Amino acid sequence: MTERQIDLEILRYDPDKDEEPAFQTYRVPCHEDWVVLDAINYIKDELDRTLSYRWSCHMAVCGSCGMMINGEPTLSCKAFLRDLPDRIRVEPLANFPIERDLVVVMDDFMDKLASVKPYLVPKEVKSVEDGSYLQSPAQLKKFKQYTLCINCTLCYAACPQFAHDDSFVGPAALALAHRYNLDSRDVGRRAREDVVASNAGIWECSFVGACSDVCPEHVDPAGAIQQTKIASTVDYFTDLVTPGRGK
Amino acid sequence: MSRKPYSRTVSTTGWWLDQPRYIRYMAREVSCVLIGAYTGVIVIGLMRLSDGPAAWAGFLEALQSPLSIYFHLLALAFALYHTTTWFNVTPKAMPVQVGETQLPGIFIIGAHYAGWVVVSAVALYLVGV
Repeated sequence: MTERQIDLEILRYDPDKDEEPAFQTYRVPCHEDWVVLDAINYIKDELDRTLSYRWSCHMAVCGSCGMMINGEPTLSCKAFLRDLPDRIRVEPLANFPIERDLVVVMDDFMDKLASVKPYLVPKEVKSVEDGSYLQSPAQLKKFKQYTLCINCTLCYAACPQFAHDDSFVGPAALALAHRYNLDSRDVGRRAREDVVASNAGIWECSFVGACSDVCPEHVDPAGAIQQTKIASTVDYFTDLVTPGRGK
Repeated sequence: MSRKPYSRTVSTTGWWLDQPRYIRYMAREVSCVLIGAYTGVIVIGLMRLSDGPAAWAGFLEALQSPLSIYFHLLALAFALYHTTTWFNVTPKAMPVQVGETQLPGIFIIGAHYAGWVVVSAVALYLVGV
């Protein structure tokens, strides 16, 4: 196995000491089959124990290790060093406040996720004795793609709309709302409308499409938002011409 | 240990130069300005037409100026970019599912191009080409 020397420029920030973040460079001997997360783990284990970052599964499932790698929102466990130059710039995910080093503040995202009611709102609540809510494979297919989101928030880091207006509910939360709206067992679309179909919801999106470009699970949040725009528009006009419909 | 989250600032003017995908997005958005300007030229043409044969002849002559030709070429390029970029994302906004299978996006995009050809052919027929 060959070793390659790589310079990792990492944006460091210690809230107890620093007024603003600054880059610190580490030289790391890397194996060709390593990902950026391996190089960061090497720094933590061998060079600098004070470095803070999030990670868990190392297999693009947990969504914890998202970072800006050479300016691109990326899961660091999915960024192979063999695809990157010898000098790599690693920063915390863009558009989020920095808690410490590569750790960002996720509170606002969590609140937005909860605001779209990301759970089944059934027409009638069944008891366990009544059995499960049945669904055909075709009905499942309609929304399955949107269940694959791992909440890594790369989409928020890529979204210029969110960068300029952090009141935007954002790609992942709106894609998740769409996932439940498409679910044949769910009747919560109207209950989600106040958040989803608001100015800070789908209508803040101008379809840059960057969220879908960077999504590691190919959820396509940009597509979900455009589909929700169409459904919301149809709802609006149907309400207009149908007496008693809507709120 | 204390909490003191640091918020980074984002450029309000030069942000779109950061990534090629942002530049492509801005090009698509700016294309509507050229299309709007072209629509303005058409409206002026209609007004000249209603002003009589002399005004209409003057309008046609103005269209042949180098500046007008450059503008029309630029507007055509942006209109083509606008149209193709929007057509190419239609499968995202209007996915079609048949049974348990998703209709490949190429069919949805192709339908839009086919519609474009039909509408263009009708328009050319109406103007007597």
